[in-house]
Amino acid sequence: MVQPDALLLARVQFAFTVGFHIVFPALTIGLASFLVVLEGAWLRTGREPFRELYVFWSKVFAVNFGMGVVSGIVMAYEFGANWSRFSDAAGSVTGPLLTYEVLTAFFLEAGFLGVMLYGWRRVGPALHFLSTLMVALGTLVSATWIVASNSWMQTPQGYALVDGRFVPVDWLAVIFNPSFPYRLVHMTLAAFLATALVVGAAGAWHLLRGRDDAAIRHMTSMAIGMLVIVGPLQALVGDAHGLNTLRHQPAKIAAIEGHWRNEPGRGVPLILVGWPDMATESTRSLLEVPELASILLTHSRAGSFPGLREFPASDRPNATVVFWSFRVMVGLGVLIIGVGAWAAWARLRGTWLRSRWLLRALLAIGPAGLVAIIAGWITTEVGRQPWVVYGVMRTADAVAPHGAGVLSFSLLLFVVVYLLVFGAGVGYLLRLIVRGPGTGGDNLVPAAAGGPRRLLGAGNEGTVGSGP
Amino acid sequence: MSGVGIDLPFLWAVIILFAVMMYVIMDGFDLGIGLLFPFVADAHDRDVMMNTVAPVWDGNETWLVLGGAGLMAAFPLAYSVVLSALYLPIVVMLLGLIFRGVAFEFRFKAPPAARHWWDRAFIGGSLAATLAQGAILGAYINGLPLERRQYAGAPFDWLTPFSIFTAFGLSTAYALLGAAWLILKTDGELQRRIIALARPLAWLLLAVIVAVSVWTPLTHPAIAARWFTPPGALWFAPVPMLVVIAFWRLMRSLQGAPHAAPFVLTLGLVFLGYTGFGISLWPNVVPPGLSIREAAGPPQSLGFALVGALLVIPMIVGYTAWGYYVFRGKVDASHGYH
Ligand code: HDD
Ligand code: HEM
Ligand code: HEM
Repeated sequence: MVQPDALLLARVQFAFTVGFHIVFPALTIGLASFLVVLEGAWLRTGREPFRELYVFWSKVFAVNFGMGVVSGIVMAYEFGANWSRFSDAAGSVTGPLLTYEVLTAFFLEAGFLGVMLYGWRRVGPALHFLSTLMVALGTLVSATWIVASNSWMQTPQGYALVDGRFVPVDWLAVIFNPSFPYRLVHMTLAAFLATALVVGAAGAWHLLRGRDDAAIRHMTSMAIGMLVIVGPLQALVGDAHGLNTLRHQPAKIAAIEGHWRNEPGRGVPLILVGWPDMATESTRSLLEVPELASILLTHSRAGSFPGLREFPASDRPNATVVFWSFRVMVGLGVLIIGVGAWAAWARLRGTWLRSRWLLRALLAIGPAGLVAIIAGWITTEVGRQPWVVYGVMRTADAVAPHGAGVLSFSLLLFVVVYLLVFGAGVGYLLRLIVRGPGTGGDNLVPAAAGGPRRLLGAGNEGTVGSGP
Repeated sequence: MSGVGIDLPFLWAVIILFAVMMYVIMDGFDLGIGLLFPFVADAHDRDVMMNTVAPVWDGNETWLVLGGAGLMAAFPLAYSVVLSALYLPIVVMLLGLIFRGVAFEFRFKAPPAARHWWDRAFIGGSLAATLAQGAILGAYINGLPLERRQYAGAPFDWLTPFSIFTAFGLSTAYALLGAAWLILKTDGELQRRIIALARPLAWLLLAVIVAVSVWTPLTHPAIAARWFTPPGALWFAPVPMLVVIAFWRLMRSLQGAPHAAPFVLTLGLVFLGYTGFGISLWPNVVPPGLSIREAAGPPQSLGFALVGALLVIPMIVGYTAWGYYVFRGKVDASHGYH
């Protein structure tokens, strides 16, 4: 059998690699759509700041995309390498979903990326815009398939168990499993929100340093717009997501709330600060609002929902972890909504460029979206434990039969390489952002002289030959 | 869907073989450029070499992801056995691909003083990924023992003289592919330099092909039987003959002022080598004994994924070809958007 520490090492390795990976896709998804908007705006209005911003953010995008791709390939192979028994049992369900993701999303992103980044002089504006559009479409399609796959592991349906293996019997049921719509919308909004926060922070940084031109104003203003709209929307979707989870994964919700003993007829308080203790089966509560958990989750003051003690100890997720990861996510969500509202208000009153405190706040919450995404995934994934396919297959039965020695060695390699490579990469991203739009590289964009309208008329296949 | 009489495992084996072949050819020349980097010292020439593949490398690598995902979808048992059995070389390959992949962007974004580190990352990453893939190939041909649907060997069983040799052999093939690609995409002094590298590489590749063709039948009776007993022998006889012809044409094309011919002929050689590999192992998905039929998932999975594959792969081939067409022609260093 697999040693317990080998299981733990395999889990840590997966969590570490996917925790790095998700940061890049989140920005890829958000930036790709942002670039579509920027290029569209430039093609329509011909205004220089949009072009400048497009060139600038596409450089950031390129570096980020590269990191997303290489960290993603690790994930696709880790299923077999580390979770071989899961792959053998459930590969017939998750494999086709991943195959569709490759076919309909990864190739689309990769195929049009080259033209989008390097093809300015080689295709007309319409084809170039189409390429940007296809890349953005690819990122959204990609999110759809992988989230379908993950959601099926959370709330499995549409399958039969034959000799201990999952056989899909209804693909629509597999894909449109109960948690899929919530998770997809919540994740996509999270990507947009996280990107808007990064863009907003970049703008705030330049404004604080006294660089106040049209491009910087445009991007900051666009980011603020996204924050006020997407922030509250994300909270609403998250609320609905939680209600859905209560229906399908009640143990996860009990752990999130640090709720142990269910007493029908007595409202459950919302513990804001506390410490769930797995050993004593109780939560030390330091700050709580009476009955609020009942109100949020059951929409009635005395509503009750299962507590963790109702589940056998072997079926409980670690409440200490998910209690806190959830509070980090929601806390940041509330913070984002607050700063977004403040910024929008200042923007409307026209004081936003002068308020240094506002700009500092925007700068400070730049990473908040990415942190919330990681916290959210920890909640979702640790809250699913001890199951890998919820209620059907245990994580302990999913892991590959590697020894702890081999796994420690590979984990060490991953940690060293990831910190080194992605550390440097994030450094380069920050360097690019700090330099700001309109600096360098622009010479290669065609419209510097004539503007887009001239280009729209020029069917310039071939006119570019082989280089300048 | 199984009732319609479509042989799903067979079709999926063909699709996966196709994806892996596309990968070997396309990422082969990307990785080969990394292997050739040490032989070209000039920073400007290195920029040119990078820029010949910068717009396409990601698409090239995606074929590897399709191979993996397709294997998981159609032959989940094979996917889990092969990847867990070859765990260590797989990890090395993935880490190599990380260094190689980020180098494309990082090289141009790093401060000038740090750039040489990413040149090294590009070289080291390409080399690690290629050697690991070669070793994986050798270990795979040697076979992976199974017990109750799990790999039954030890973590270092993949490391054998044969797998070391295939690691070396695949490096040769990728380096020659890279050289032939660069002959197509560059001109002037750099091109002359690469042509000079291509000639010994071609001889080396021929030697590798001969050695593998002798080594495998000698150590694998089943493979010997496949090649040397009629009627199969008659069918397969053209493969070695075509290898000789392609090699001869390749050496001739490297005289004078070559353009596309070396690339096409090297593709031919690699394709023939790959065909030989397929002939040797068919119909096993995990040698020595797991056939595609035993490893296949349920028809519901194979059928569902097949619809997508048949519909979408032609489109992928279409827009990939368009991408190559957009970036056709020789590359010079001022190219690219950096
Ligand atoms: C919500 C979105 C999302 C999530 C949850 C994941 N990914 Fe991802 N992935 C993407 C969104 C994405 C993307 C937007 O499509 C990427 C990100 C960065 C990129 O450049 O493309 C990508 C890249 C990417 C690649 C490289 C594709 C290529 O060659 O172009 C692979 C193989 C994977 N991912 C596989 C995975 C696996 C196996 C995951 C599960 C653990 C996973 N991703 C989680
Ligand atoms: C990209 C966002 C994701 C993040 C940040 C994430 C995070 C995590 C974390 C933290 C764990 C470890 C949980 C634990 O062992 O306590 C985990 C486990 C796992 N996740 Fe996810 N996950 C993500 C997406 C996915 C997706 C999309 C899939 C499947 C298609 C998936 C499949 C798995 C598997 C197989 C495990 C290992 C078994 C386990 O420990 O549960 N994850 N993930
Ligand atoms: C503000 C109020 C928010 C609420 C009420 C909320 C609610 C939830 C809930 C209940 C889950 C767990 C679902 C499950 O596994 O069953 C979750 C997961 C998650 N959250 Fe949030 N969330 C909020 C804000 C945010 C923000 C601001 C972000 C990021 C920008 C975010 C990103 C995520 C992610 C990435 C996941 C994991 C994937 C998923 O299950 O959807 N959330 N959220």
